[in-house]
Amino acid sequence: MAFDLSQSMQLIAALTPDIIMMVGGMVLMLVSAWGTESVERQRRVGTAAIGVCIVSAVFVVYFMAVHATAGSGVIAVDNFRWIVDLVLLAATAGTIALGLDYNTREGILPAESHVLVIFATSGMMILAAARDLTIVFLGIELMSIAVYILTGMNRRSEKSAEGAIKYFLLGAFSTGFLLYGIALVYGATGTTSLTLIGERVAAHQIMSAPMLLTGIGLMLIGFGFKVALAPFHMWAPDVYEGAPTPITAYMAAAVKAAAFAAFLRVFLEAFAGEIPSWHVAVWWLAAITMVVGNLIALASKDIKRLLAYSSIAHAGYILVVLASGQALGSSAFLFYIVAYTLATFGAFGVVVALGQSGEPYLNVDDYAGLWTVRPWLSVSMAVCMLSLLGFPIFGGAGFFAKWYVIQSALYAPEPQTRLAVLLVLTSVISAGYYMYVVLVMFMKPRREVNTVSDPRSVGAATRWVIGLSTVILLFLGVYPNALVSLTQGKGSYLRAPTPQVSQVVPR
Amino acid sequence: MALSSSHPLAGTIAAWMWLLPVLPLLGFFINGALSILGSSHVGPSDPDMGHDDHDASPAASDQASHSHGGDSHAQAVPRFRALTAIIGPGVLILSFLLAASIFLAMRGVDMSAPFIQRYWSWMPVGDLRIDMAFQLDQLSMVMVLIITGVGALIHIFSVGYMSDDPGFARFFAYLNLFVFFMLMLVLGANYPILFVGWEGVGLCSYLLIGFWFTDNANASAGLKAFIVNRIGDVGVLIAMFMIFANLGTLDFTGVAAGAAGLPFGGALVTTICLFLFLGCTGKSAQLPLYVWLPDAMAGPTPVSALIHAATMVTAGVYLIVRSSFLFAMSPIASITVAVVGAVTALFAATIAMKQWDIKKVLAYSTISQLGYMFVGVGVGAYTAGIFHLATHAFFKALLFLGAGSVIHVMHAAYHHSGSHDDAQDMRNMGGMRKAMPITWIVMWIATLAISGIPPFAGFFSKDSILGSVYEHAGDSVLTNATWLGMSGHTVLLAVYVIGLAGAFLTAIYMTRLMLYTFHGPSRATADEQRHMHEAPWLMTGPLVVLGALSLAGGWLNLPSIMSFLGPVGGLDHWLEPVVGAATRTVTNGVALEASHSTEAALIGAAIVIAVLGIAVAVLALKPASLVPKAQSPAEHGFEKVLANKYYVDEAYDDAIVRPVYGLSKNVFWRGLDAGIIDNLFVNGSAALARGLGWIGARIQTGSTGVYAWAIVVGAIVVLSAFSFR
Repeated sequence: MAFDLSQSMQLIAALTPDIIMMVGGMVLMLVSAWGTESVERQRRVGTAAIGVCIVSAVFVVYFMAVHATAGSGVIAVDNFRWIVDLVLLAATAGTIALGLDYNTREGILPAESHVLVIFATSGMMILAAARDLTIVFLGIELMSIAVYILTGMNRRSEKSAEGAIKYFLLGAFSTGFLLYGIALVYGATGTTSLTLIGERVAAHQIMSAPMLLTGIGLMLIGFGFKVALAPFHMWAPDVYEGAPTPITAYMAAAVKAAAFAAFLRVFLEAFAGEIPSWHVAVWWLAAITMVVGNLIALASKDIKRLLAYSSIAHAGYILVVLASGQALGSSAFLFYIVAYTLATFGAFGVVVALGQSGEPYLNVDDYAGLWTVRPWLSVSMAVCMLSLLGFPIFGGAGFFAKWYVIQSALYAPEPQTRLAVLLVLTSVISAGYYMYVVLVMFMKPRREVNTVSDPRSVGAATRWVIGLSTVILLFLGVYPNALVSLTQGKGSYLRAPTPQVSQVVPR
Repeated sequence: MALSSSHPLAGTIAAWMWLLPVLPLLGFFINGALSILGSSHVGPSDPDMGHDDHDASPAASDQASHSHGGDSHAQAVPRFRALTAIIGPGVLILSFLLAASIFLAMRGVDMSAPFIQRYWSWMPVGDLRIDMAFQLDQLSMVMVLIITGVGALIHIFSVGYMSDDPGFARFFAYLNLFVFFMLMLVLGANYPILFVGWEGVGLCSYLLIGFWFTDNANASAGLKAFIVNRIGDVGVLIAMFMIFANLGTLDFTGVAAGAAGLPFGGALVTTICLFLFLGCTGKSAQLPLYVWLPDAMAGPTPVSALIHAATMVTAGVYLIVRSSFLFAMSPIASITVAVVGAVTALFAATIAMKQWDIKKVLAYSTISQLGYMFVGVGVGAYTAGIFHLATHAFFKALLFLGAGSVIHVMHAAYHHSGSHDDAQDMRNMGGMRKAMPITWIVMWIATLAISGIPPFAGFFSKDSILGSVYEHAGDSVLTNATWLGMSGHTVLLAVYVIGLAGAFLTAIYMTRLMLYTFHGPSRATADEQRHMHEAPWLMTGPLVVLGALSLAGGWLNLPSIMSFLGPVGGLDHWLEPVVGAATRTVTNGVALEASHSTEAALIGAAIVIAVLGIAVAVLALKPASLVPKAQSPAEHGFEKVLANKYYVDEAYDDAIVRPVYGLSKNVFWRGLDAGIIDNLFVNGSAALARGLGWIGARIQTGSTGVYAWAIVVGAIVVLSAFSFR
C-alpha cells in the first residue's frame, strides 16, 4: 500500500491510527463530562480508553502488515513510526490500567484523567510520524500541554501541584528554544520539510551557515529538555516525584520515547549533513547525562526519584545512538525503547501495587523483606531492575538493549569507543542502586512498622501490567529475534538524506 | 567447524547434553515454586548456621536466651521439606549420571573436533548470528563432571546442614539455579553464552551470600561481591567486542581459527587477553579484585564449598584455558597472568596465617590456590591449571564442608549452653577430634593434599604447575619476552620462587588450622563438650567420598617420572585436542620434557618444603596455650597488619567507595543540583536571581528559577560547543 500524501484524503488515511486516538479522546471527554464524578465512571471511561488504544493499535499493525509506504510529505509512513506507535500505545494502555487502580485508591475521581492520556498519546504519535518541523512542534505541544495537566491531576497533593507548575513553566521556557530553533532553521533553509532540509544541507549550499547552526543548537536544547538530558534534567526528579505514579511511568517511558523518536528523525534525516557540527555537543551531552544521572541516582532513596534519575541515565544511553550519527542506529533505538518501556512499567507497576493512600512509604528501605510477603511482586521488581541494569537472561531484553546500543556506537562509520566504554562503566555504577533495591527486597528482614510489605490485594489491572511487562521482558531476553527482525527489517531505519551524505565522516 | 551430523558423537547419548543444565533448571523451578507455596512463615533466620542435630528435645527454653535471639527457626519445620530434599540433590545426581554416560561415550570415540549442537539463533549481530549452542569437548566434559559430581555431593551435604532452615526450599532453588548457570558457562559454544553463565553465577552467588538476611553485613557482602564482579565483567564485555570487531565471530571454534591469523604478541591480542584477565581477577578473586571473596563467607557453608571454592571462582581459570588460543599468542599477557597469580598466591597465604575465623582461613587459602592455577595457565601449562582446578575442587570442598560440620557442632553446643560466643573462631574450639573422628581424619587428608604431601592429590597438581614454571622459564616463547623491562626468564624464575614460598606458608597455615581446631585441649565448657558429637551420615558421607577423591585425585595425571604408580599423563592426553595446539605454541612446538634428574630435584624440593612447613607449624604452635577468643590479647605489629588483611578493604573504602558516594551525594546532588547553582545564581548574584524571582516567589522552593538558569547555562555551553568544530 502506497500513500500519495499530496492528496488530503490519502494523508488522512495514513493518519488513521492517530485520528482514532483524537476522535476517541473527544468522544470520551464528552462522556466523562456527561454525569457526576464517581469511581465507577472513572473505571468505565478508563476501560473504554484502553479499548481506543487497542483499536488504534490494530490499524497500526494492519499498516505494518501491508508494508504501507508513502512518497515525500509532511508525515512519514515507515516501520520506525509504527514500532514507536506500538510502544506508545502499549505504554498508554499500561498507564491507564495502572491509573484505574491508582486513581480509585487516591480518590482521583475525574474520568478526564484517562482521556488526557489519550490526548497526550495522539500528540506523541504525531511526533513519531512528523517529517516536517511544524508537525514536530504541533506534536510536542499537543503532548506537553496534556502532560502538564496530568502531572497536577492529584489536586489534593501539594507535591503534585508544585510539580505541574514547575513542569509547565520550564516546559514553556524550553519550548521557546525549540520554536526559535525551528524558525532559524527555516530561515536558513527556506523550508520546514525534513526531507528538503536534509537535501539542502547535504548539497553543501548552506553548510555551516551560522543561522543554521544556531537553529540546530537551539533545537538540540529544546529536545534535550523534553527527554531530560543533563544539564536540562533538573525538572525531572521533582516532576516525577510529584506526579501520580502511573503518570510518572508514562512520562519516564512514553514521553521520552516519543520525544526521542522525533529528536532522532530530525537530526538524522534533516541535519545528517551537519553531523560534524553537532556531534561534539551531542557527544558531551550523552557523556554528562550518563554520569550525572547514574551518580545522583546512587544517592536517591525515594523509589520514584531513583527511577527518575535512572530514566535520565537511560536518556544518556539512548543519546549514544544519536552520537554514533548513523541512520542505522535507529534499530538499536527501537529495541531500546521497547525494553526500557517494559521495565519502566513493570517497576512503576510494583510501586503502584505496593502504594497506600497518600503514598507514605516510597523509601527504598520500606521494601525490606518484601520477598517474604509478596514473592511475585519482588521477583517482577527484581527482573525490571536487572533489565534496567542490562543484565543477561534475568534482566531479559535489557541486556540486548544495551548490547545493540553499544554495537551501534562501535560499528558507526567513526566508532564511538569512548562513549561505549563510558556507557559500560556508568552501567556498573548503576548496579549500586538497582541491586540495592533487589538487596532490600530479598535480603533484609521485614520491618514490623512503617512498611509497605503488608499483604494486601492488588488490583487486577495492575497485576496484568506487571505480569505482562515481566513476561515479555523475560521472553525477549531468551528470544530477542522476534523483535530484532522487526527493528532491523525494511523501513525500520530512518532515511539518510542522500547517499553522498553518509560519506561525510563525523568526528 | 564440525557439523553435528557428521560428528562421531552424533546420535549417541551426547546429543542429550542439553539436559545437563535443564535438569538443575527444572529443580530451580520446582523448588522455587515450593518455596513460594511454603512461605507462609518466613522470618529472618540464623545468620551462621542451621541446627539440625539437637535430637527430639524442643529447644524452647533456650530460644529467648539464644545468641541470635528472637528468631523462631527451630520450631518452624519448612513445608515440603521432604520433597525439596529429594528434588534438590536429585536433579544434580541425575545430571551427574548423564554426564558420566556422556563421558563414557566420549571415551569410545576418537574426537578431535568439539561436538556442537545448535538450538536456536539467539542474538543477531549485523549479518552474523550468534546461536544458542552448546559445545562438548574434553575440557567442558572435565568441568561438567566436576560441577555435577562435586555439586551433587555438596547438595546432599546441604540436606543435612540446612535441614531446619525455614528457607530450605529457597536455598535449594538458588543452588540449583547456580548449577544451571555454571553448566551454561562451561557448555556454551561461544563467548556470549559463556558470559550469560558468567553473569548468572554471579547473581546466584549474590543471592546465596545474602541468604541469611538477619544482619546488614551479609547483605552488603553480597552487594560488594556483585559490584566488584561487575568491574571484572566490564573487561570481559570489552574483550568480547574487540574479538568480534576484529575476527567477526564469537564462536570458540571461529575465534580459534581466526586467532591464528593475528600477529603473534601484537598489541591487539595482548589487549584482548588483558581485558579477559581483568574479568578473571574479578570472578576468581585475584589481586586487586579479590576483596569480595572473604566477605562472601557470610553465606551458608555449603555455598562457600560449592561456589566459592569448587566451581564459580574457578571460572576465570576455565575462561583462560578456553581462550588458550589467544593467550598463547601473547607472551606479555601470559606472564601478567602468571605474575598476578603468584603474587596473589603468596599475598593471600600470608593473610591466612593470622586469621582466627576458620572459614576466613579457608577463604584466603582459596584465593591463594586460585593464584596457583593462574600461575599454571599463565605459563602455558593449561593442563596443569585444570588439573589443579580439579584436585582443588575435591580437597577444598572437603575442607569447607568439614569446617561446616565443625561449626555446626559448635553451634549446637552453644545452643544448649546459651553461649553467645563466636562458633567460627578457632580460639573457641580445640580438641574436636574426640567428638568428630571422621571429620578429623578426612580433614587431615585434605590438609595433606593442599600442603603438597605425596601421594595426596594436591601434591601432583601443584608439582605439575611449579614444574612447568621452571621448565617454561628455561625454554619457551615466554623466556625471551620482556615484561616491564625484565626478561621472561627472570620473571618466571621469580614466579617459581614465590610459588615455593607460598607452598611453604600453605603447609603452615593449614596445619595451624588443624592443630587449633582438632588438637590440644577443648576450650569449650564441659557442658558444651557433652553436646558435641559427629554430624549425621548425610553430612559425613559426602566428606568421606571427597576424602577418597582428595587421596586418589593425583592419579588423574601422574608425572612421567612416577610411571611405577600407574598410567602417566591421563589428563594431558585427554585435554590434548583442546589445549595441545596452544601449549605447543608456548613451547615453540616441542614437547618440553625436563630430564628426570631435574624433575626429581624439583619434586624433592616441593616435598621438603611441604614437610618443613608442617614441621614448623607443629613445633612452633602450641594449641594448649591458646585461650578462647574473649580472653585473647590484641595483636601487635605485623601480626596486626596480617589479622587486618593488610587494611586493603579500608583502603578501597577510602579510595573508591567513599569518594564515589561522596561525589554522588555532595557534589552532584547537594552540590550541583542544590548547592552551587543556588549559591552561584541565587545568592551570589542577587540581581540575576531577581530577574527570575517572580517564578521562584510563586512556588515555595524557588528552585524553578534555579532550574531555568541551569537550562540557560547549559544552552550557552551547548551553543558554544558548535563553534569548537
